[in-house]
Amino acid sequence: MNTMLSVRSLRAAYGDIQALWDVSFDVNEGEIVSLIGSNGAGKSTLLRNIAGLHRPQAGTIQFEGLPVHRLPAYQIVERGVILVPEGRRLFCNLTVLENLELGAYSRRARKEREKTIRRVYELFPQLADRQGQRADTLSGGQQQMLAIGRAIMGQPRLLMLDEPSLGLAPLVVENIFEIIEHMNKQGVTVFLIEQNARQALKLAHRAYILDQGTIVGTGSGEELLKNDEVRQAYLGFAKTEDSLL
Amino acid sequence: MNFENVIQSLMFGLFTGAIYGIAAVGLSLVFGVLKVLNVAHGELLMLGGYISYFAFAAWGLDPFLSLLIVIPAMILAGIVLDRVLFRHIVRQEGEEKIKNSLLVSFGLALIMQNLAITQFTADDRSIQVAYMGMGINLLGISLPYSRLGSLILALVVILALHFFLHHSLAGKAVLATAEDVEAAELAGINIHRVFMLTFAVGASLAAIAGTQVVLTYGISPSVGLYWTLKALIIVILAGTNSILGAFPAGLLLGVVEGLSGAFLGQTYSEVIGLVMFLLVLMLRPQGLFVRQ
Repeated sequence: MNTMLSVRSLRAAYGDIQALWDVSFDVNEGEIVSLIGSNGAGKSTLLRNIAGLHRPQAGTIQFEGLPVHRLPAYQIVERGVILVPEGRRLFCNLTVLENLELGAYSRRARKEREKTIRRVYELFPQLADRQGQRADTLSGGQQQMLAIGRAIMGQPRLLMLDEPSLGLAPLVVENIFEIIEHMNKQGVTVFLIEQNARQALKLAHRAYILDQGTIVGTGSGEELLKNDEVRQAYLGFAKTEDSLL
Repeated sequence: MNFENVIQSLMFGLFTGAIYGIAAVGLSLVFGVLKVLNVAHGELLMLGGYISYFAFAAWGLDPFLSLLIVIPAMILAGIVLDRVLFRHIVRQEGEEKIKNSLLVSFGLALIMQNLAITQFTADDRSIQVAYMGMGINLLGISLPYSRLGSLILALVVILALHFFLHHSLAGKAVLATAEDVEAAELAGINIHRVFMLTFAVGASLAAIAGTQVVLTYGISPSVGLYWTLKALIIVILAGTNSILGAFPAGLLLGVVEGLSGAFLGQTYSEVIGLVMFLLVLMLRPQGLFVRQ
């Protein structure tokens, strides 16, 4: 399997707060990789560094063998690394269609724009019905669909999602995760960050655990789902000896 | 005070307000997208006015035609200023950014003012076009050609800007950057190019207003601050999130000043304008043209 994204010894700080200490991991082509961790573990910071919104202090980020950690965000997008940010961050003053159009702003994606819009509308028929509406008139679930749709417009090769299930009804979450799986089957590599660890581990081929700015564990999604420490820390299970089993 | 006088004052208020409006939209655009308060906006207006003046003095070029020189010159000046000065500030955040933008642009204003004094002298300059004083008389209301020209020019410029912002992909990228700069970056927009374009357009708008100021009132190296303040008041009146809303707000301020000048005497016109400003701040602090 080809390594697509390779992060080595990444260190990053926010002001005086050291958010990432020494993070190394890989995402291989075609995989769904999940990163789980508690609030404040540095998950979002890690994604922001990969997307080019934040400069690391040290370490390297390589995408398809080329270093990208010094590139501005739009050039990283141009290579097909697309982030669906936490909190969706739609352009609320613009319509659904305009949000999608802007998602295909990069030169590479713009050529395919009309085709990709049709594809997004097939995935999310609700968006097609509302394409002339302002983005802030959509429900929370529809807004998340639009955020993912906007990312798909950028023709992702590596799709990164930051807490896509946050604040959504279970049924909508189900739908969002189905779409992620579908995208992966279409050949898009997925790097997923979730607090909803159970769902993230179920979906993932492999997963990493981030705690206080370092990677503290890794394994296949299934392995981690069965791991006692993981169950205790991230899945809300009590210690095995205390449980009724 | 008869009806004709009221309409006459209203029309002159609109003429003045149109110039206010273009100047204010330029400031609002730069503030809305770069989140930088450019105190030297009035000096850019002054520079546009001088270019127009010298084009007239040297070649007899009409101030409306001089736009063909003024706009490209100011786009160039805007690009240079963005690269040399403002690019370093846009990256900063919060209080630091506001303070530095004030410091840098205030410094720029001082430099431009003093350069203008040494290069152009401190004299008042104005343009006497052949059609000065001529106009249409409509039911007892006189509408000078030069002032009608300013109003039409302003409307055309604002319509063009509206069309650019809302109906072109580049314009939508500008609006997206104004709303959420990081989301714009993640969509693949080169935000520094957006900033450069925006600053160039903002500088051009100031300069377009400047060509009308030199035609209507005349110009001197010290006019900058007056126009920066006017534009700032209008931007806040409209609401800082409403870029094009600054144009109707400019018209409104012009009309209020014009009418209060006619009814209460010229000395009070600015006072009433500021009273309206305070009332809006108290009753509708988000601005007149911002959705709640």
